[in-house]
Amino acid sequence: MKIEHWKLKIENSRVPTRSVGTRRNTLVPTVLRGNALSATLRVAATDAERRKMRVPTRSVGTRKVYLFILLLFSAPAAAAIVDTIDRVHPKIVKIYGAGGFSGMESYQSGILISPEGHILTAFSYVLDTDYISVMLSDGRELDAKLLGADPRLDVAVLKIEAEGLPCFDLSEAVKLEAGARVLALSNVFGVALGGEPVSVQKGTVAVVTQLDARRGVFETPYRGPVYALDMTTNNPGAAGGALVTCGGELAGMLGKELRNSLNNTWLNYALPIDKIRQSVEDIRSGKFVARRDPEEVKKPLRSLDPTALGIVLVPDVLERTPPYVDRVLPGSPAARAGMKPDDLIILSGDRLIQSCKALAKEMEFVDYEDPIRLTVIRGQELLEFTLRSAGGSKPSKRTYP
Amino acid sequence: MNSPGLRIHLKMWHSRPRLCNSLRTAEGGCATKEVLRQQLSRVGLRFACPTLLLLAVAAQALGAPTAAVIDAESKRIDVMNKAKDAVLAIFPANGRGGGSGVVISPDGYALTNYHVVRPCGKAMQCGMADGKAYDAVLVGLDPTGDVALIKLFGRDDFPCAEMADSDKVRVGDWVFAAGNPFLLATDFQPTITFGIISGVHRYQFPAGTLLEYADCLQTDASVNPGNSGGPLFDARGRLIGINGRCSFEKRGRVNVGIAYAISINQIKHFMGTLRSGRIVDHATLGARVGRDEDGRVVVRDILDGSDAYRRGLREGDEVVSFGGRSIGAPNEFKNVLGIFPKGWRVPLSYRRDGERRDVLVRLAGVHGREELLKKAGGRKRARPHPVPKPDGKPKKPAPGKDAKPPAKPAKPAAPPIPKIVAEHYKQKRGFSNYYYNELEQRRVWEAWNPRLNLGGSRGDWIISGPLSGGGKYSLHLSNDAASLMLPSTEINWTAGAELGNSLLPEHSGGLLPALFLWRRLAVEGLNRFGDVYYYGTAPLAGHQGLADVLVGSHKGVDCRFYFDPADGRLLALEMFPDEESDPCEVYFSDYRQTDGRLLPGKMVVRFGDEAFATLRIEGFKAEEKGED
Repeated sequence: MKIEHWKLKIENSRVPTRSVGTRRNTLVPTVLRGNALSATLRVAATDAERRKMRVPTRSVGTRKVYLFILLLFSAPAAAAIVDTIDRVHPKIVKIYGAGGFSGMESYQSGILISPEGHILTAFSYVLDTDYISVMLSDGRELDAKLLGADPRLDVAVLKIEAEGLPCFDLSEAVKLEAGARVLALSNVFGVALGGEPVSVQKGTVAVVTQLDARRGVFETPYRGPVYALDMTTNNPGAAGGALVTCGGELAGMLGKELRNSLNNTWLNYALPIDKIRQSVEDIRSGKFVARRDPEEVKKPLRSLDPTALGIVLVPDVLERTPPYVDRVLPGSPAARAGMKPDDLIILSGDRLIQSCKALAKEMEFVDYEDPIRLTVIRGQELLEFTLRSAGGSKPSKRTYP
Repeated sequence: MNSPGLRIHLKMWHSRPRLCNSLRTAEGGCATKEVLRQQLSRVGLRFACPTLLLLAVAAQALGAPTAAVIDAESKRIDVMNKAKDAVLAIFPANGRGGGSGVVISPDGYALTNYHVVRPCGKAMQCGMADGKAYDAVLVGLDPTGDVALIKLFGRDDFPCAEMADSDKVRVGDWVFAAGNPFLLATDFQPTITFGIISGVHRYQFPAGTLLEYADCLQTDASVNPGNSGGPLFDARGRLIGINGRCSFEKRGRVNVGIAYAISINQIKHFMGTLRSGRIVDHATLGARVGRDEDGRVVVRDILDGSDAYRRGLREGDEVVSFGGRSIGAPNEFKNVLGIFPKGWRVPLSYRRDGERRDVLVRLAGVHGREELLKKAGGRKRARPHPVPKPDGKPKKPAPGKDAKPPAKPAKPAAPPIPKIVAEHYKQKRGFSNYYYNELEQRRVWEAWNPRLNLGGSRGDWIISGPLSGGGKYSLHLSNDAASLMLPSTEINWTAGAELGNSLLPEHSGGLLPALFLWRRLAVEGLNRFGDVYYYGTAPLAGHQGLADVLVGSHKGVDCRFYFDPADGRLLALEMFPDEESDPCEVYFSDYRQTDGRLLPGKMVVRFGDEAFATLRIEGFKAEEKGED
């Protein structure tokens, strides 16, 4: 009777405090993995207790720190982390692509997110090539194709031809709070060669904060919340790596290197998966894809071209020249809308544009009469312009070949 | 509300008043341990379990550390507290720069990095956690592996670190590094940094041919300039590696979560050679491997003067295992190669046309003798230049000495060498400290020679015994000749100017000159044999563990003598007529006491891949006098 009484008390007590229950949820099962305490717990926990442990919200909080101290130096606990790492390792891949010259490493990391070979990674210059290869943890090296990327979040999805791969399910990713103990797995510095397992670091989520708090300091288009980490993950090759809990649940993706240009400090952070998930789904469903299937859509009779908008791009001298605006013709639609030289065009509609050629090709599918929505990067800002060709308003001048 | 359980809970809650305001009651009094115990006994055994359960759950849920947490933490503190006693802060005699180290034996042998001691020369000062500074002398150097062995003076009960098996270390294991980062410890108290193992069996390219980190451990424990040479301990405080290298990039020379430690298992292989006071070289197989289109590791090319070639390895063969490890990638091959000293003989398995062959191969040196001395010598700045990795990424070893970029002051006069160091140092070309080579030579000699009980007799040796096919043999070994009498024939060999010119009997590889050298070492001793040095320790076919090795040169041939470290017996000798030939191998066994002498009862003679003969020894006669 008495026991019933204080059990109730604990339950009630959860209400005024901040999601204590959710902490119990994550704590208790981990404890159950093995130490002296767990035996007591397992014996004593009533069905009602167990039910209470299963609280639907998934969140890992500060209390885990204590759990960790508890687990330190106790063999079963160490084994638990070692086992977690063993489980996570096969879900991380090494990505090799463009770069390889001074300060531009030609490798990064990726996370397998489907058994058939979808890979979540950071959208970076490494992917700016037709020859991306992915090294799986079993040593297999496969060609990868850039399925698409969301430049607003700097995330990209690659696809390799494989099946039955170990992977994370993004819908099962967890949300973290400050203080959560985490592991970062990544191809940092390209230390792990061939099929060797990638490097693992341990640390804590220092704070969950908006990246735009540092706007104007860190060069990134992403403004949303990030996990700032107390471990040095902001290293070459780490971008695209996984941030996981000590139970091996995916929580974030390590971001690209971000340097504070004012004081030359670097930010160690990860993008929360729940902020990326929608983007990834969009990419997988065909949005933000890099190339249009020529069979899929018919070209219009007369296509739009950049000069009709008043945009002059930089000379297309490379195989993949970044589509920077060189000049904006005075009085043109682009000038009126506010486009400026040095804007980098990254999206046409929702379609990813990675080169001058890609923009030209994409515009072939846009009717001369139709508006076009261009997204550009200017400095650290992402801007969107909807332009209509100069001739668009004068249908009488429309000519047919 | 008067439930005893509740009162206990309220105590727990009180540690976080902000969270439990809504639950505060008049009852929220003090529950001391005593009260707790009383309460528990009052509740009775029946309720004790659930109470404890809820205590634990509630305490964790609310962030109050449990007794188990506090206990684990205090255990960790104890482990670190104990481990720190063996940690060294190493300073050159001139006091500029420095690094870290760790003591591994009570008599004061300690490990550090080559790049830490290089600017020190032969003498250094080592600060320990007891607050004292001890004089130390350089013993052995491994420039390729970036390891140095030094010896401290002043105690015979130095606190020392226990070595673990670093091959059992797993990614995710808790570890801690100890040392003197940024040369902070003016009171010699080491700085402890904590982390996990981030990777094992890592390969880090050398700078040129030195400072190669093969098969190393990677950790995210902070390792900074000054940590070099210091220990990496496992969670139980056992030594698993020597920290020495970090990945640096654009952020300057500070830790970025990626550090490397030389595995202690590699150092165990080199320990004997380091104690020899030599400048030790690493090994090469004489073959290059790569991955073929099927993903197999195959031999790309091979030197025809290498032992691997003589053992049948050819271009295109698949390397299956090497040094006792299976090889699945070229990197794994390089890892294995990096952990063995020059001169070791290790197992190699390869496959050709589906047929597997298992052989033992002798490993040659990475450097020529002069090349290594030139590279390792000098007092230049220890920091090697970063070398671009194949992917274009530069790697720098962690600095040991130049924690701050030195604004070069006028060079101070070299401080005097402490007396104790001078007494334990002997210069000789090719050696980092010949004093310790002589020490080991004498140790091996004293364990072996007196038990032969020759009593100073330097006459001829006559050895006889039965032949397996019937009949008897007789061996006659003298100062300048050797002969073998067989029932059908007699083979006479005379020591010419070059012993390697005549390798009788045929197909033995030179049994007579080999046995001639055996007697010569026993009779003439270390000083009169020729040029003798202590190599260190090496594995020997058919022998468990490592054997002590003396190498003697006489009239153009090298002879390696293998001794059992446990009882001093001569286990085998190998006579090499030149560097690119197979030696004649003679294995001694079945030792027994005869006429007060400990003598082998059996000799097995091998040459190349073939057994030449097995000779039982029944008669042994050492004549009193020989010509002087």
